[in-house]
Amino acid sequence: MKRVYVNEEWCLGCHLCEYNCAFANSGISDMATALKGKPIYPRIHIEENDSVCYAVSCRHCTDPICVKSCIAGAISTKDGVIKIDKTKCVGCFTCVLVCPYGALSPNENGVMQKCELCLQNSCGEPACVTGCPNRAIVYEERGEEE
Amino acid sequence: MKEYVIIGNGVAAVGTVEGIRKIDKQSKITVISEENHPVYCRPLISYYLENKTDLERINYRDKNFYERMKCKVIYGKKAVKIDTAKKQISLCDGSSIPYSSVCVATGSSPFVPPFEGLQTVENKFCFMTLDDTLALQKAITEQSRVLIVGAGLIGLKCAEGLCGRVADITVCDLADRVLSSILDNDCAAIMQKHLENNGIKFLLNDSAKSFQKSTALMQSGKKIEFDILVLAVGVRANTSLLTDIGGEVNRGIIVNEKMETSVSGIYAAGDCTEGEDISIGEKRVLAILPNAYMQGFTAGVNMAGGNQAFDNAIPMNSIGFFGLHAMTAGSYDGEVYEKKTENTLKRLFTKDGKLKGFILIGGNERAGIYTSLIREQTPLDTVNFELLKENATTVAFSCENRRKKFGGVV
Repeated sequence: MKRVYVNEEWCLGCHLCEYNCAFANSGISDMATALKGKPIYPRIHIEENDSVCYAVSCRHCTDPICVKSCIAGAISTKDGVIKIDKTKCVGCFTCVLVCPYGALSPNENGVMQKCELCLQNSCGEPACVTGCPNRAIVYEERGEEE
Repeated sequence: MKEYVIIGNGVAAVGTVEGIRKIDKQSKITVISEENHPVYCRPLISYYLENKTDLERINYRDKNFYERMKCKVIYGKKAVKIDTAKKQISLCDGSSIPYSSVCVATGSSPFVPPFEGLQTVENKFCFMTLDDTLALQKAITEQSRVLIVGAGLIGLKCAEGLCGRVADITVCDLADRVLSSILDNDCAAIMQKHLENNGIKFLLNDSAKSFQKSTALMQSGKKIEFDILVLAVGVRANTSLLTDIGGEVNRGIIVNEKMETSVSGIYAAGDCTEGEDISIGEKRVLAILPNAYMQGFTAGVNMAGGNQAFDNAIPMNSIGFFGLHAMTAGSYDGEVYEKKTENTLKRLFTKDGKLKGFILIGGNERAGIYTSLIREQTPLDTVNFELLKENATTVAFSCENRRKKFGGVV
């Protein structure tokens, strides 16, 4: 399965991926209307310190602890992609408690969200990847066990 | 063909079913469900009272789950005996079901102390099941004064669920603080204040001694008038099926990391068990949903002839009240690092060069990174712990470790 990967050495720490992600998932067709002057709730985030920066989003684990831990049965795997049913999530944060990558966070309504690879939104492929100016973020297949 | 029987129909049972079906797509699975509901999210019953879920969405799996998994569910019946010689399970109606392997996933039941005069209380409830919840909902009015005995997770979630729908809520507990099983004094004080700010009243270091209709006489001598009584003192693991046949049982059914009990062919999973807590290196009941699923899944795989171990269980809870979240994990043993801001409190506990546990009140971004350090027993000299004290961040890991975590398929 294709996943989003980040080449640390190429990441500029520009945070554009966060904006592209928030825009792609906003359901609004104009970027300025969607983002300008508002707090954004991206599903990818830059982690950085003085010497390193890179983007982090859901790994779509083959043995996902968030799915096993969700107290609302709201997180499931379909064709390898881990998704959240927003109508079932009650915002208990258990997924935040267990994800080893820090890949889940609440949206503006306190409902959990995570990268779903832009497969359901208007972008159709990961917006963080298509918009990365230094091609640090890639969407590719890297060996599956099964 | 094998014949699998699962006693119980909660999250551990679902884990067991899915574990079995990972290996064995065909053999018969029978689920014995005492409750007359398809599997639902037990921790969501308080959210039901708050209208944050409903009878449709509270279901843990979709409505075709059992059919898809080729499972037969027997509703409304209780398993009363496991006959290991005949390899069959006896049900309360006298019928019996043959098994080749069985998983006991019977959960726990509310513990109700023998309060004097309890039988004179008309409106009394436990808060463990969907039926408890529906009955409680039916009984409350906007005028109801509610007394909840027990300031643990169940009692307080019930209080939150009822808040705004009743006139008055008082919670009492013998302990000197709220959520005493997961919070230390300071953290409990923050949570208690927050709950009080939302209208919940507390009587701590005090509990009911006796009841006379709608009056509770407290140990302190105080008298509390109430219309609705909720008993949330604690729970006991349902272990009798194993006790009766001489299986090893402590506070829960003793299981190893494959979820085998001491009796051959009998597995157990979920709140009825006692398995290893790696944060203390001892066996204990870890009655939390993630554990129930993972134990169940492990049991299922092994029952079907696979080989799976669940060997990194720790206690972990994420629980919020009126918008303030507490996250806790592991054990609170060893050296404490504390970081406090106006609205947050973080306590990290380290011992023998490892992170053993934490408490976070508010401020829980990427907390799973801390949890993973406990579960993976990561030596802290392999990470930048000074950085981690400030924030849960994978920047604190070595470049090589990060490449492993983020570079491939995990």
